Amino acid sequence: MITLLTDLPIAATGAFSWAWLMIAIPAFGAAVLLLGGKAVAGFGHWLAVLASFTSFGIAVVLFILMLSSPESSRAVAVPLFEWIHLGSWTISAGLLIDQLSILFALLVTGVGSVIHLYSVGYMAHDERRSRFFAFLNLFITAMLILVLADNYLVLFVGWEGVGLASYLLIGFWQHKPSAAAAAKKAFVMNRIGDLGMTLSIFAMLALVGSSAFVDVDAAASANASPWWTTIGFLLLLGACGKSAQVPLQAWLLDAMEGPTPVSALIHAATMVTAGVYLVVRSHEVYAQSQAAALAVCIVGAVTLLVGAWIGCSKDDIKKVLAGSTMSQIGYMMLAAGIGPAGWAFAIFHLLTHGFFKANMFLGAGSVMHAMDDDVNMRNYGGLAKVIPITFITFAMGYLAIIGFPGFAGYFSKDHIIEAAFGQGLVFGVIALVGAGITAFYMTRLMCMTYLSQKRWNQGVKPHESPLTMTIPLIILAAFSFVGGAVMNGWIQGWLAPALGTHPHEVGWIPSGIGWATLVVVGVGVGLGWFLFYRKPVPKQAPDTQNPFTIAGRNDVFGDAVNNILVVKPAKLAADTIIANDTWVFDRGVDALANVFLKLSNVGRKLQSGQVRSYALLMTLGVVLVTAVLFIGQLG
Amino acid sequence: MNPDFVLWLAAILFGIGAFGLITRRNALVAFMCVELMLNAANLVLVTMSEVHGGLDGQVAALFVMVVAAAEVVVGLSIIVMVYRSRRSVSVDTASLLKR
Repeated sequence: MITLLTDLPIAATGAFSWAWLMIAIPAFGAAVLLLGGKAVAGFGHWLAVLASFTSFGIAVVLFILMLSSPESSRAVAVPLFEWIHLGSWTISAGLLIDQLSILFALLVTGVGSVIHLYSVGYMAHDERRSRFFAFLNLFITAMLILVLADNYLVLFVGWEGVGLASYLLIGFWQHKPSAAAAAKKAFVMNRIGDLGMTLSIFAMLALVGSSAFVDVDAAASANASPWWTTIGFLLLLGACGKSAQVPLQAWLLDAMEGPTPVSALIHAATMVTAGVYLVVRSHEVYAQSQAAALAVCIVGAVTLLVGAWIGCSKDDIKKVLAGSTMSQIGYMMLAAGIGPAGWAFAIFHLLTHGFFKANMFLGAGSVMHAMDDDVNMRNYGGLAKVIPITFITFAMGYLAIIGFPGFAGYFSKDHIIEAAFGQGLVFGVIALVGAGITAFYMTRLMCMTYLSQKRWNQGVKPHESPLTMTIPLIILAAFSFVGGAVMNGWIQGWLAPALGTHPHEVGWIPSGIGWATLVVVGVGVGLGWFLFYRKPVPKQAPDTQNPFTIAGRNDVFGDAVNNILVVKPAKLAADTIIANDTWVFDRGVDALANVFLKLSNVGRKLQSGQVRSYALLMTLGVVLVTAVLFIGQLG
Repeated sequence: MNPDFVLWLAAILFGIGAFGLITRRNALVAFMCVELMLNAANLVLVTMSEVHGGLDGQVAALFVMVVAAAEVVVGLSIIVMVYRSRRSVSVDTASLLKR
């Protein structure tokens, strides 16, 4: 049992009381773009870019203010309004700007802004461009609500908001049935996670009487209760849905149907990491429950292997990156589950991953732009000389993700691997092997796309992308390079007050485990180099009997498992209900109605319309009644 | 006074009316038969009023006559209208309500 002491947030003053503008400005942008229709089509995209950059500016100002204030008064609470007042419960909506949430706000608005800029070039020829930018602004709004909320209910509003934005953007090219289906799939699978979220919030309200982070943290550190394990597992379910962790991982690969900037922003850099944020934000809950924390570790370890496995066997460049995203979020989850030793590293890797993965996704978008929207890497090859800016920036991301010394991922991932060895040998080995596989599939991607011989389709004339696309690439590449080194010695100390941890010494020279990681990564790179550069890459994916490859190409049978476990039983139940409806209710009611119809037809014959026969019947009736009365009198 | 003869007369009148109503096709005749039956009933009411020495039966008979007069107005006008539209007052052909 670890005692954790976090500083309570102070009341907002000065610039902080205007922090809500960070959320309101992109919300306003989205509203103008959605309601403006054709009137804003000409300049709408620049309005959205401006809104996003303004939010970023506010975040930077607040960050600088926090940097310049003493450590104990950095976390700031910004109460907004009383939201729900019901019986003994009062739930107020407010913002919590502390060391953790400001980093997220910077990541979301910063990466979001450069991706807005990139989209200006990428979506230049789309006739629904202003709508696309409206959705992007909507996403920024919702994501900021998620990370800046001061209680779980407000967080849930943002949580659902990003889900909606994700749905709208995956299915943005709704004329493609595959995109529409992918959007629906993402939405439905997220609902399963949301079930966990809502139940955990209900449990908190019942247990603590409040959903505010401050109250829940205080209650969690004050008393042990088996309920914290339940809440921990339910929050993990929510995190699994949003962050595409096993067992709710299947939607992320299909989500690549969306436009590439969307994949970079939502399905790599920000939204899918919300699960990690949730786990780290709920650190007091997991500190109370060993079982729930271990479950987080296991989910992370399994996902990091599954994601890497998928990444090795896909030919679609975006799906390789999607598998890689799952895998890297698995690392973050693993770190978040380890406990106080890992929380800061989870956030560290989350930030560096946000830079280098957004960079590589945008790079992939630039490659697709050059290759007439072809995503199959078997049709690429030899692009390094044709699109040099994209190649060099992509290479920065590549070096960052494999953990090349000095680049961003080297610092963040090595810390997680070391922490994993501290948690247990199994977790350590999995994390280490994962690093090797990461190096292998990323080398494969680099070789197949940029280095090996040309396998272009006929008529494809690759060309470098416009400046609006390459400038974001250069910015993100720079962060992929220096982001890790800048934050390495700083982030633990910065986050310590918010997470209640004590920073550990982190060195610049690799430890024993660090050297082992470098060796494993070297082996992975060498293997990828040997298989996909020294040998020619076939234009058709070779047939294979290798069960690992077959499983990888089929997303490790994620869809098949879902089909057998969920879809088939649900369909069976639906069919049973339909049959019951048709044969029992429909036919039963029809039969009853038929009986009455037949009876009525018999009765109808009495109504002949003949006045004289009515008179006769009436007379007979009177005689009959009289007779009965008469006989009754006699008796 | 022995009411038997009067009651027999009333029964015979009612029987003739009922028989006529069932057998005759002409709406006017059927109508007259109904009147006959009403008056048979009136006869019984008045007779029994006399027998029991009260005025109830006579009052009731007066009501029946008033209602019958109103009924004649309505009934005859219906018959006239039917005759105008169909050129016949046969009750057998006026059976459209069946459909």
